[in-house]
Amino acid sequence: MSASYEKTDGFNRRAFLKGSGAVAAAASLHQQASEVSAADSKEVVSGSKKITLNVNGEDVSVEVEPRTTLLEALRYQLDLTGAKPVSMDGSSGASTVLINGKPKMASTTLAIACRRKEITTVEGLGTDIPKAFVEADAQQCGFCTPGFVVAVSAFLDKNPDASNDEIRNGLNGNICRCGTYSNVIDAVTNVVKGG
Amino acid sequence: MKAFEYTEPRTESDAVALLSEQPGHTEILAGGTDLVGLMKKMIIKPERVVNIMEIQSLQNIEQLEDGSVVIGAAVTLDEILAFPYMENYPAVTDAILGINSMQLQSQGTIGGEICQRPRCWFFRNGTGLLDDKQVVEGDNRYHAILGNTGAAKYVSGSRIGPALIALGAQVRLVGPNDQEQIIPVAEFFRTPRSEHHRETVLDSNQLLTHLILPAKQSATNATYEVRHGAGPEYPLAAAAAELEMDANGIVRKASVVMGQVAPTPWVSAEAVQVLVGKPVTPEVAEAAGRAAVAPATPLSQNEYKVQMSMVAVKRAILRAAGLETGGF
Amino acid sequence: MAQVEDKQAQGPQGPYSWPSRKDSKVIGKNHERMDGIEKSTGAAKYTYDVNLKNQLIAKALGSPHAHCRINGIDTTAAEKVPGVVDVHILPHAEAGSEIKWQGELLAIVSAESEGAAAEGVDALKVDYEVLESFTSDSDLKGAEEAGVTARGGGKVETVNEPGDDDDEDEWVDAEIERLFKESKHVVEGYYGIDAITHCCLEPHGSTVAWEGDKLKAYLSTQNVSGTDEGFANDLEISADSVDVECTYIGGGFGSKFAPDYWGIAAARISKRTGRPVKLMLSRDQELKLGGNRPSGYLQVKLGANADGVVQVWDSHHWGTSGVSGSGVSHTVVPYVLVPPNYRRKATAVRTNLVRARAWRAPNHPQACAITQTAIDDLAATMGKDSYDVFMANLVNANNEKADVYAEEMKIGAKLIDWKAKWHPHGKGERNGSIVEGLGMALHTWGGVANTSECTVKIHPDGGVSSFCGTQDIGSGTKTVCAMVLAETLGLSTNQVTVNYGSSTYPFSGASGGSTTVGAVSESHRRAATDALTVLKGKVAEKIGADAGTLVASDGRIHVAGNKDKGLGWKEACGLLGLKPLEITRGHTRGDASPLSNSGVGGVQMAHVCVDLDTGVVKMKEFVAVQDQGLVINPVTCKSQIYGAVIMGIAAALYEQRIADPATGALLNAELADYQLARLGDIGDIKIELYEPESERQRGVIGNGEPPAISPVAAISNAVANAIGARVSTAPYTPQRVLEALKNA
Repeated sequence: MSASYEKTDGFNRRAFLKGSGAVAAAASLHQQASEVSAADSKEVVSGSKKITLNVNGEDVSVEVEPRTTLLEALRYQLDLTGAKPVSMDGSSGASTVLINGKPKMASTTLAIACRRKEITTVEGLGTDIPKAFVEADAQQCGFCTPGFVVAVSAFLDKNPDASNDEIRNGLNGNICRCGTYSNVIDAVTNVVKGG
Repeated sequence: MKAFEYTEPRTESDAVALLSEQPGHTEILAGGTDLVGLMKKMIIKPERVVNIMEIQSLQNIEQLEDGSVVIGAAVTLDEILAFPYMENYPAVTDAILGINSMQLQSQGTIGGEICQRPRCWFFRNGTGLLDDKQVVEGDNRYHAILGNTGAAKYVSGSRIGPALIALGAQVRLVGPNDQEQIIPVAEFFRTPRSEHHRETVLDSNQLLTHLILPAKQSATNATYEVRHGAGPEYPLAAAAAELEMDANGIVRKASVVMGQVAPTPWVSAEAVQVLVGKPVTPEVAEAAGRAAVAPATPLSQNEYKVQMSMVAVKRAILRAAGLETGGF
Repeated sequence: MAQVEDKQAQGPQGPYSWPSRKDSKVIGKNHERMDGIEKSTGAAKYTYDVNLKNQLIAKALGSPHAHCRINGIDTTAAEKVPGVVDVHILPHAEAGSEIKWQGELLAIVSAESEGAAAEGVDALKVDYEVLESFTSDSDLKGAEEAGVTARGGGKVETVNEPGDDDDEDEWVDAEIERLFKESKHVVEGYYGIDAITHCCLEPHGSTVAWEGDKLKAYLSTQNVSGTDEGFANDLEISADSVDVECTYIGGGFGSKFAPDYWGIAAARISKRTGRPVKLMLSRDQELKLGGNRPSGYLQVKLGANADGVVQVWDSHHWGTSGVSGSGVSHTVVPYVLVPPNYRRKATAVRTNLVRARAWRAPNHPQACAITQTAIDDLAATMGKDSYDVFMANLVNANNEKADVYAEEMKIGAKLIDWKAKWHPHGKGERNGSIVEGLGMALHTWGGVANTSECTVKIHPDGGVSSFCGTQDIGSGTKTVCAMVLAETLGLSTNQVTVNYGSSTYPFSGASGGSTTVGAVSESHRRAATDALTVLKGKVAEKIGADAGTLVASDGRIHVAGNKDKGLGWKEACGLLGLKPLEITRGHTRGDASPLSNSGVGGVQMAHVCVDLDTGVVKMKEFVAVQDQGLVINPVTCKSQIYGAVIMGIAAALYEQRIADPATGALLNAELADYQLARLGDIGDIKIELYEPESERQRGVIGNGEPPAISPVAAISNAVANAIGARVSTAPYTPQRVLEALKNA
């Protein structure tokens, strides 16, 4: 538990961690953060700044402003244009990337908030799921497809044996305008069956 | 987005020190699912953004000795779903599951969920939150049917708020000079009187750090949302209910809170009055629903929400009692 | 084109034909989409993804008011925003201009980053004078009072004719009155369908750059060959000086045929600043400006005989295409099933909304939704099975497809198990608050082959490439081109390289009206056939055979029935010498051809569940039976139908452009508010391609549009069957379902 938590006179005097396993897992998930020096805690960034992002397993340097979204950094500076700008507010899921393994919208994530995190874009995912999409013809115009592929990847990580109902309930964060949903369901079903 | 300063404090006190007491100057960033979109649309134009996602104390979710569950404000919604001690809080997990987007669940935080700005298309299109003339004369199909007689006619954005209030949850707020407050969630939401007020009592230099779910011996609570489709769109009506029943199934104590009906989650004493002293049956639940919407004052285009909210209350009660809700 | 003796027609229809089903090696077999892996790995570069060195990013300010006068725009603060390079006021927004719809772009800020451009836009100060607006398109009375209606056409058709002395109008009134009196069943109804937006996921826009006096435009377009002129005309340069490129387009649906004024503005800004410019509409601008489908509202009285066959139809409908009025064309009312006597009248409502754009089968989905619902209400009135009433009314089909519809209905009914599941309207089993229902509708469309030219190049090393200025809007055009070439030349698709998406290639028409598959099948088949003829001549000479006996198959050119007597493809191409063989052939829209045709039909059936307590409708099952002549690639053909049905489900249950009645502002122009169908909303969809030999013989016909027509009507009818009341206007939202139940 961090120093700050101890310091605030909150619940710690009563703290007895029944769920110690879960807490340990939660703690390790965020371990990287605590390694940062105390100076960073008060750092105020304004204007342009060079930062390092870890994208698809590689450390890369990008120049961002605080307002630069992760999506802009990926698309304009790293030529990783698989994640797409579709909605202002992330409603479409088209900009889905994995951050520390979890599906998040690059369009509503600030690039500068992604330092020290592992970012995986569709370009870094490998071709198993894309191939399943091709086999089921789960794309038409294709603009939503990379976001869908990343979402499916995250979904199958958690639900490798997903049933038809689970697939239909679990992949509603992405919009396809051409109407490829039936084919996406087939693609995901085939991956599950192919195990 | 307008250019802003960015900070990434590691401690609650550093975060508080970076907040301004001037409303609108500083925004707290957690998952970003609501704030970043609003900044892109220039609805919100802070001078400084304080990212609280690197504060470790806000990342923890734990069950305390007394059985209560403490959830840091920066804990994401999917982490709550995965936490093994949530089985007695289905009202909370129902509401999170209802969001129906993996991305929003893994990016959005509990703190952000309850602090998100209202669902009001006038506000989100930049024409203000409290100009009630535009709501009265305009398209108000999704606006409030209760608590809507003042300037605020929007509905509260939080989908989890009703559940938290029904469960008697509390929030912990910290401010300058190590100031700390623990208040019921029911008191956290409020209806603002001016555009400078927010929809919660959180001052602009205060930080919401934790949510405390009281210990529960049983899972007799639930949320029911009436959703138009399978996506993450906001429900058309919602309710959370918690019941305490005796050995004969008679309701001894209850709490019913509606969502999507008012500028805050709406506590219905009327529904509780119907429930207490009776066993939960579909008829009783429906009567409670009717009582809950009896005071409704729908606007020109949202009469339908009265029926829908009645059904939401009925089904939340049935679900809390472990009965079939009917419907989808 | 050195090596071609221009040997043309070998019969009245030329030497062109399709191989029989039995002889086809590639055509008619499922083929993977050839650019699928690029699309699903993110490698495909769309217009939005093209980033040119040193480019500026442009963002535009849209009018917040539906109707206003611009007294002036102060750009001073915007120009001072760090990173802003250029501020451009659009000509239609100069001081004194009247703006007639919300969202209309007024000024464009070009900057070094998205953030700076957005901040620049926010810093523009516009002096607006707000004017009265009208956007309530369904409100005919209000529109009349506001003086924004106009006659939108109409027609009267009667079996009897007035006498010479009769006043025609009076006679028609009396005749229609008489026909209603004679009718066994009379139905009166009101039906509507709200406007929806195209909502392309890739917004309209371009990335443009000048190289000297030549403009290179990466444009998100359905009209690669046609938009160079669009740029050239406005910029006063020659079309040869413009190169439009679009390999991947993120949705068009009929809305992306032109550079649009913002594309022209990007080119001007690029010229002035000497830097490439990227200007893509924002999401709300895309929904406000990027295209919408006109609304339609209809009041009708119909009369039918004892068998339920409609004999007389009397309707008045209205709606809006935006500022120009217009609306759904009267020519498709009633839709497909046109009785012998009818009177139809249309009124156009002018609104402060942007002009509509072509939307997947213009006019048809609305006409179907507001008229075939009346047929279903006739069945409800008669207490008869809707299927039987539709079947009886096929005698009124106005497109000579009654027999095809009948077959398609039988197939559809079997797939959805209609007879077993059917119950009279509102009389189904109730499971708690859930009721279920079935509905159907049918449609027609043209799908003629557009004009298209293709150059096929066969290289002496055996390489084959084609060049055609068409585009693949997601319908699988690239794959179709490769399949046609491979079939024709006896190769596999990976032995041919298909080039498209550039205006420097031979002209090919816009992808609109379901005209592309016919167009490219024509041009590629023709060019490849004639190239093969040349090659056969060389092979014949070499092996001492009659060229007429040669066939190309399995990578060889050989004597039919004797594989050994011939040459391998590479060897055969070696006979070309040093120069590649290059042949350009084409087809002109409207010319009769054995390869393509027009006129398709389809029948669709929906099975829905409705929660009577909340009004929520859920799709359970949907069946689409569709004919489209000869199918080149069944898998992408079916994908088109799946997509059309899913779009139709969205339009039936979720989608709606919402204009504020008080201000005319479009309130749901972000995707959080503009509800579309999601993966969990679609139920089970079954597709059947209706392709008996009689259909296959007709040649290739486009199918992008037709299956998008029936869903709204079929779903409306299913909802009516479930709940025993008609929800008049699409989308059939929970609010409207509850209101219909309340009023029933």
